[in-house]
Amino acid sequence: MERRTIFGHQLLPLALVAPQFLLTLIFFLWPACQAVWSSLTRQDPFGLHSQFAGFDNFVELFTDTLYVDSIGRTAFFMAAVSAVSMSLALFLAVFADREIRGRTIYRTLLIWPYAIAPAMAAVLWILLLQPRIGIIGVWLNRNGVAWDYHLNGGQAMLMIVLACAWKQVSYNFIFFLAGLQSVPRSVLEAARMDGARGWHRFRTITFPLLAPTTFFLLVVNLVYAAFDTFGTIQALTQGGPGKATETLVVKVYRDGVVNLDIGSSSAQSVILMLGVIGLTALQFRFLGRRPPG
Amino acid sequence: MAMLEVTGVRKNFGETEVLRQIDLSLASGEMLVIVGASGCGKSTLLRIVAGLENPSTGRIMLDGRDITSVDPAARDIAMVFQNYALYPHMTVFDNMAYGLRIRGLSRDDIAHRVREAAGLLGLFDFLGRKPRQLSGGQRQRVAMGRAIVREPKLFLFDEPLSNLDATLRVRTRAEIRRLQRRLGVTSLYVTHDQVEAMTLGDRLLVLHQGRPAQLATPMEVFEHPADTYVAGFIGAPAMNFLPARLTQNGGSARLDAGPLLHFIDGRRSGNEGTALTIGIRPEHVQLVPNGVPIRIDLIEPLGSETLVHGRLAAPGETSLVIRLAGKAPEGEILTIGFPAEHIHVFDAETGLRLN
Amino acid sequence: MNARRDPVAHAILLLGVILFVAPLWLVLVASTQDSATIARGDLSLLPGDGGFTAYARVLKGPVPRMLLISLGMALAIAIGKIVISVLSAFAIAFFKFPGRRVAFWLIFITLMLPVEVRIIPTYSVMSDLGLINTFTGLWLPLIASATATLLFRQVFIAIPDELVEAARMDGAGPLRFLWDIVLPVSGANIAALFVILFIYGWNQYLWPLLVATNPKLDTIVIGIVKMIAVETETDWSAVMATAVLALLPPVVVVVLMQRWFVAGLTEGEK
Repeated sequence: MERRTIFGHQLLPLALVAPQFLLTLIFFLWPACQAVWSSLTRQDPFGLHSQFAGFDNFVELFTDTLYVDSIGRTAFFMAAVSAVSMSLALFLAVFADREIRGRTIYRTLLIWPYAIAPAMAAVLWILLLQPRIGIIGVWLNRNGVAWDYHLNGGQAMLMIVLACAWKQVSYNFIFFLAGLQSVPRSVLEAARMDGARGWHRFRTITFPLLAPTTFFLLVVNLVYAAFDTFGTIQALTQGGPGKATETLVVKVYRDGVVNLDIGSSSAQSVILMLGVIGLTALQFRFLGRRPPG
Repeated sequence: MAMLEVTGVRKNFGETEVLRQIDLSLASGEMLVIVGASGCGKSTLLRIVAGLENPSTGRIMLDGRDITSVDPAARDIAMVFQNYALYPHMTVFDNMAYGLRIRGLSRDDIAHRVREAAGLLGLFDFLGRKPRQLSGGQRQRVAMGRAIVREPKLFLFDEPLSNLDATLRVRTRAEIRRLQRRLGVTSLYVTHDQVEAMTLGDRLLVLHQGRPAQLATPMEVFEHPADTYVAGFIGAPAMNFLPARLTQNGGSARLDAGPLLHFIDGRRSGNEGTALTIGIRPEHVQLVPNGVPIRIDLIEPLGSETLVHGRLAAPGETSLVIRLAGKAPEGEILTIGFPAEHIHVFDAETGLRLN
Repeated sequence: MNARRDPVAHAILLLGVILFVAPLWLVLVASTQDSATIARGDLSLLPGDGGFTAYARVLKGPVPRMLLISLGMALAIAIGKIVISVLSAFAIAFFKFPGRRVAFWLIFITLMLPVEVRIIPTYSVMSDLGLINTFTGLWLPLIASATATLLFRQVFIAIPDELVEAARMDGAGPLRFLWDIVLPVSGANIAALFVILFIYGWNQYLWPLLVATNPKLDTIVIGIVKMIAVETETDWSAVMATAVLALLPPVVVVVLMQRWFVAGLTEGEK
């Protein structure tokens, strides 16, 4: 709302905004309200009656060790995926920013994975790490390492962290590269003239100037790890073995769709909603924008 | 021994030859101004001395040390950039301290040097601010402060005044000169502005399309320009050029417009009828009762003086600019003369000065 | 100092590329090998003898239909979202009308609610609307979110006031102005957004899984996950062939439109 508005019509803009507004109402606000309402109710075993239960669902969740475990697991997962994905992306972006021959080709080859569906990333990693058919998986088993993420919870977590981080590197790479290129060349030259070489220059000049990009990507990566990874996890481990890879979003799915526990899954949804709102609000506070995609 | 020696430097970018055969040497404490139009290669030359670009051939020696392949970080040279290139995330103090910290100076030494430079440049009150809180002129001074604290062997200035407004430019120009003289640091200064060149340089290097056109003191360049490019570049309004032909055994020039000009400083070698370009500065053209008639096209009153744009009679209707003290004369036709001691003779084809 | 020859950079980038191209290579190569060999754990790094037989096998089944569904969904989402967002952003950026602030904030809120968070209540709304197990149900809820609207609003705001005033003086009404000036000027942004939304739509998993139990409405991504979920008796080369087919359209779109797409992504950061 920062420009001098130009047209004085009243009805026309309302008509233009109407479609989006309508969709927002029907598919966002109404379901969100319903979710909040459901989270405050409890259903009887047959799903026929529901009665108001206040914050009971929430209390039950937070006293349920399974849920609390899930929170811890998800937090670990989010941190691991973000850390691995962002560091690898930054590392590659730094070298892709240099003026070498074939730079464009390298970039294209590193950007293309953006197109992969999270669920598809699973398929690709199966070919690498599946214990019976994956190239590396088979090699590990044939050489004495008992590698089977269907049985070993720790290995399952490793697997999904790798697969999910891998998929996100492209996105981070694109932004880090753009961020690096927006550091003014003359500032880097001035640093060189001042005597700063290689790693020192990166640490004291480039990285601090990259801070907005880094912060923004951190939030995006955390949200990605929390939500967009559903497809990958579902395809690789379905949250197992047991609950080893059951992140919060997988749990919402299991409880709500598979086990039909509306009250609990709604409460979980509401908690997740608050988490996302918190993160996005934080991001807007510090950066004032959010990108598409 | 010279402080800076540039020998045989050439630079090609692919097929284009940006610098051809540059040789220069600077004495310690000297300020050399490299001047020329955009694209003449002056910034490239500066960046080669800084180490930010590599020459295609040639050698750079600084204080007896060959620095041609030395990393810029190790050359002991400080540079003031055109857009200042201050570190946006650091305070003014940290900006200036950065290079010193890398060199491992003690906290006290650093504080001392920074404060001294800040005092010299009037930056004391700004030490805690960040660049975005400063005006253009202040940022420029921080850029200079950053260079000064390093106490380097050589200062490089890359058009440092071009982003300042006119009044600030004049003031800062004088400050730079005073500072340089006081600190006595050898300096290389690049600009496209000929006024800066004339006022700042101990010597000038005029570059024309990568080629050194003249390397001399400002007065020498002004009074005896080496070719028509230098003659037309230095001095404003620019020197007038009149086509002529060599005559009388090299002792005179016959202007295409008619009149005959005698040379008072000796004969020029060359065949009868060789095409010449005669140069005369607008301020040297005199109003003379029975002189050459010109038709007035435009009069520009500047207050203390007047610029008259006119045209010589045929052939070619050569245009001319005259700078006169005082107010404009009446009438549509003026008659002018070209005092012999102020004419410059150039070969019309090569543009080179003929003596 | 121009680092033209930089063996370290080349080495690292090469390793990076291998890391990201290797799985793709494996999928391609696996699609040409024999399923039984793969199942035994003898997947080879080189193309096999199977050639394109796996593809022939795969194209006879439900795969072509699934590809079509994915394509339809991706296009519907991309085009639908762009149209809606352009209209909304246009209204918000160029008009002053009652409820403008409210509209802006409401739309803004949708940023904070990814579909995974509201799956169950959205499902029940769809059910009420009779949109379960319909093609429309696949994409309609996904075009409502506000990311594109915000981007377009930013672009529209950046259009110089003088341009708008000149158009007005020339007699252009708002809709004309939108069509003749705003749209062409935002062409690059629209192209970038198209790529991003197409990918987004093509890659959807959770929502189509939920809303369509009828296998006739499976997208290709869902199809593949179903194939590998059956761990025994999996026709691996068929799965890989399907995977290649599933990857092709989005990858082609990204690679061809890379420049716009990267510009569009990073523009939102400014």
